[in-house]
Amino acid sequence: MANITLNNVKLQVADGITVLEAARANGVNIPTLCHMDMADIKMINKVGTCRVCMVEVVNPNGSSWLAPACATDIWDGMVINTNTPRAIKARRTMVELFISNHPKDCLACERNRNCELQDLAADLNIRDDRYAGKMSKHTKDTSSRSLIRDPEKCVLCRRCETMCNEVQTVGVYSAVNRGLETTIGTAFDFPMLDTACTFCGQCISVCPTGALTQISNIGEVWSEINNPDKVVIVQTAPAVRVALGEEFNMPVGTRVTGKMVAALRRLGFDHVYDTDFAADLTIMEEAHELIDRVKNGGTLPMLTSCCPAWVKFIEHQFPTLLDIPSSCKSPHEMFGAIAKTYLAEKLGVDPGKMVVVSIMPCVAKKYEAAREELANDGNANVDYVLTTREMASMLREAGINFNSLPDEDFDKVMGESSGASVIFGTTGGVIEAAVRTAASWLGGETIKNVDFKELRGMEGIREATVKAGEVELKIGIAHGLGNARTLLENIRDGKCQYHAIEIMACPGGCVGGGGQPFYGNDRTIIAARAKSLYAEDEAKQVRCSHENAEIKALYAEFLEKPGSHKAHELLHTQYVKRDKL
Amino acid sequence: MAKVKSISDLTAYKNAALAGDSKHIVDSSITRLYVGMATCGVAAGAADVMAALQEEIDKNGVKNTIVIPTGCIGMCYAEPMVEIRHPDGKTVFASGINADDARKVVTDYLMQKQAGEFIKPNVGYGKQVRVALRNCGNINPENICDYVAVGGYEALAKCLTSMSREGVIEEMKKSGLRGRGGAGFPTGVKWEFGFKNNSPSGKKYILCNADEGDPGAFMDRAILEGDPHSVLEAMAIAGYAVGADEGVIYTRAEYPLAVERLNIAIGQAVEKGLLGEGIMGTDFNFTISISMGAGAFVCGEETALINSLQGQRGEPRLRPPFPAQKGLWYEPTVNNNVETYAMVPAIIAKGADWFRTIGTERTPGTKVFALAGKINNVGLIEVPIGTTLKEIVYEVGGGLPGGKALKSIQTGGPSGGCIPVELQDTPVDFETLNAIGSMMGSGGMVVLDEDDCMVNIAKFYLDFTVEESCGKCTPCRIGNTRLYEILDKITMGHGTEQDLVELRQLGEVIKDTSLCGLGNSAPNPVLSTLNYFMDEYKAHVIDKKCPAGACTDLLTYKVVPAKCFGCTLCARVCPVNCIHTVDEIVGNNKKLHVIDQNECIKCGACVPKCPTKAIVVE
Repeated sequence: MANITLNNVKLQVADGITVLEAARANGVNIPTLCHMDMADIKMINKVGTCRVCMVEVVNPNGSSWLAPACATDIWDGMVINTNTPRAIKARRTMVELFISNHPKDCLACERNRNCELQDLAADLNIRDDRYAGKMSKHTKDTSSRSLIRDPEKCVLCRRCETMCNEVQTVGVYSAVNRGLETTIGTAFDFPMLDTACTFCGQCISVCPTGALTQISNIGEVWSEINNPDKVVIVQTAPAVRVALGEEFNMPVGTRVTGKMVAALRRLGFDHVYDTDFAADLTIMEEAHELIDRVKNGGTLPMLTSCCPAWVKFIEHQFPTLLDIPSSCKSPHEMFGAIAKTYLAEKLGVDPGKMVVVSIMPCVAKKYEAAREELANDGNANVDYVLTTREMASMLREAGINFNSLPDEDFDKVMGESSGASVIFGTTGGVIEAAVRTAASWLGGETIKNVDFKELRGMEGIREATVKAGEVELKIGIAHGLGNARTLLENIRDGKCQYHAIEIMACPGGCVGGGGQPFYGNDRTIIAARAKSLYAEDEAKQVRCSHENAEIKALYAEFLEKPGSHKAHELLHTQYVKRDKL
Repeated sequence: MAKVKSISDLTAYKNAALAGDSKHIVDSSITRLYVGMATCGVAAGAADVMAALQEEIDKNGVKNTIVIPTGCIGMCYAEPMVEIRHPDGKTVFASGINADDARKVVTDYLMQKQAGEFIKPNVGYGKQVRVALRNCGNINPENICDYVAVGGYEALAKCLTSMSREGVIEEMKKSGLRGRGGAGFPTGVKWEFGFKNNSPSGKKYILCNADEGDPGAFMDRAILEGDPHSVLEAMAIAGYAVGADEGVIYTRAEYPLAVERLNIAIGQAVEKGLLGEGIMGTDFNFTISISMGAGAFVCGEETALINSLQGQRGEPRLRPPFPAQKGLWYEPTVNNNVETYAMVPAIIAKGADWFRTIGTERTPGTKVFALAGKINNVGLIEVPIGTTLKEIVYEVGGGLPGGKALKSIQTGGPSGGCIPVELQDTPVDFETLNAIGSMMGSGGMVVLDEDDCMVNIAKFYLDFTVEESCGKCTPCRIGNTRLYEILDKITMGHGTEQDLVELRQLGEVIKDTSLCGLGNSAPNPVLSTLNYFMDEYKAHVIDKKCPAGACTDLLTYKVVPAKCFGCTLCARVCPVNCIHTVDEIVGNNKKLHVIDQNECIKCGACVPKCPTKAIVVE
């Protein structure tokens, strides 16, 4: 313990913590901008660049100096004043300087009302742009389908860099240029589309301003909805239902499945279905593939392929390992493939006039939907992807009072789902769902205990051995691409043996996706969303994908059996080698 | 000769050198022509001069005369220059000569004793005391023999054979040597940190900061080009004291000759066994490599330098951890500046007590300055710490040209401050210069006279730091840009009194909040001029006048009606056609000319054209 004096109050605090931590633990607020500490996922951005958190440290001789609270460790006997005129003046000046070099189009900015710079300006009572002057000039990068980089709104907090380089180990971002023109850029100023970016969108999640935002497809979706010639159907990913409520001030982790369905109908979608249905379908194909590989000496381990950012990561970073991911398309793509064939026939709709919209917790899904190999007969499986945040925006725009909506059910044919599919939205969920079915099939009957708790948790890399019939399946799980890299390097170097591995690009899995409501640095929100998914799983009567009645009907009526020719044609894909840069 | 494997080998090598290649050092029976062949000399034509001297000596069979290429002699104003040391002890200079002049030096002066216009008396070093520059101008930097002949590598030998590692550190602490890169941190204490910090791998590094970026500063270049071995020897001594076996010199890529000479020196030292494995028969190993920067000023900041060495973006790291804890490759690292290193062998060889006899109690020793601006003897000087600014300007620098009045002395490079003439009796030292709002810096010293506008000077320096800011922290990246903009506004005549308040406030916040020394000190030129030259600022914002006449936007070109006789010459030369006639007859029935102040671009083209000097500048 160390004795410190904080704003004239003598306190005992733990050794080795920062001034900021000591202050916050004792109810003293020090504003920050660049600082971000999510130690559990190694997202520690302690760069001390913004200088907003300056506090006054008093020397024994009475003189004093300013120190960044976020990056200064306390020491025994330290005397700190956080609210002296000198500290507050420094803080205000920093924010005023930021404002002087920041575009003033807040009203039209995606981060309007959800911007850390805006909050600081408001908190510090800044009322004019007194340092207005030359502003840095940069070009917006809208080259990708997923995200927009607007360096003019960048405050050089370096969070995206830390996230991309340290946590995800993708390494797309780096500071470039000098002086006022310093910004975060890509190697050789390549457009995002030509980089190794996986479009996981985690940089968007941590960006304090509108420098990194999602590509919006709201306008296109409105047009389709309003086009009388089109039948617009929508599907919702599992992770959306446990996060959407946050956008409407509901308690974190509130499940809003029924309200979400009702809301989508009110937005004007012709039919509302569940991606969970397709997650069950994915399990049918994936479990079949796993058993086939295990029994017939195929390539092991088999990697799950639901996460498009993860798929792009392996294509860039480990092009020699492209035979190990499952050939299964991701659930929402499978949904699109079935919707435009089986469902179209059932509904009597011309597939050419059917528009499939996915509501996803993810911005990489936007990119994925445009992958050419994920089309059938030149017709994309999924036409538009909207994020959880975009859906909330549409609801607000349409004036729908989300909180007072009734609960409604998904439409039939592709709306039923098992508990297994719900947990796709969290790390470990996909593999648990696959194990439930694989174990049932290998054992000859549906297993009784479906809760494989050894596969759950928030550790970055986990492994477990589960019994599936006579087979002991060794399972590996990683979430966050840095962890994925570690696991893959071990596999490449022959250091570990697994039968199956689940990898999710975003820390925590889809509940922490780049298209989800902003959660700041509060990782308990991600855990709460995951917990809520497991609760929905438990509440379901059907817990295994192969027990889903609508899935059974789909195979009986259309696909014959898992791994059939037709299933391969519609539900499987292949991967492309890509450059590292 | 084979490798030096012991002290006696070193002595034998020294004796052989003095009898052979390096006899010019002791042999006063011959005439020795030292040609300054540092970059400055070479740029002025010293290579041609040297070739011509040698050719003429050979052609005419001049006896007992040798030509020695050497480093920077320090007198930039006189380049290319040859220092001629006669057997009788008399020394003269042949300065500002070309190849033809050099031939005459041989044929007229050496052969016929006719001094001619090029031969200048030896002005000596006056108040200068040369420690860091002790060998510059006296030895051939490309020949290790010369360095050994003047006692080189004896300090290293002394450390390795008769001093403990702690003993070396103790001696350095006792000497009171402080970092000459600008921070003035005690070198011995820094080495002690390096000695005490150990990482699990046991690896430590010695770095030499040769990323000399201050505009107009070339102390380090002169040392590297004129006496590279002194730096190598010092790094090896530091390596021994700290427990490091690897040194890296981080130098500017813009110093090709320094790099070339360092490479030659490293090659020769390795060949002689003075670097490498088992130095001088001991178990001490030390290697040195060179790494070149890519032109970023901020890489002279040691943590940015370390980042750059690791292939990362050159921007400062947060401290702590300090380099002595986690430096290059996150191992304990000791980094010193070139000039600091250059002093180390002298201190070890002659002892801390000798060093303490020079300079002040608080800061023993000397400091090299690059003297520039409105001064007669532009060049490199080395004076004891504590010498006053006035002594430097008038006694070492030879005063100001054209009889102009000294107005201010700017020290410390772009982040230093401007010291007014009233404080010219200030002795130069780290603390004294800081106390008056400037700093020692790495040794830039620019003399300003009455024609220099202090607002404009502040703007000039700030322009440099604004360009060179790495952009990492807000105050430096945006704040300094805003400071610059306010200064620009003032020099354009659009400033207000409130701007002066803003300048000071913002400048102080930037000093208070910046992440590294570059940002911390960037406002110094502004704050020091605000402190000492407020009247000039006020003249700019209130009267809209530039007293020094340097801010062209504040000048007014006017035709004095009484003098104009309507000759039209001014109107014809005006590039923007802003000189018109008015209906007032002057002189020979011609019309009076007036300058349209809204259109005038203040180019001054009209002034010299006027035969009656009717156009005045206010």
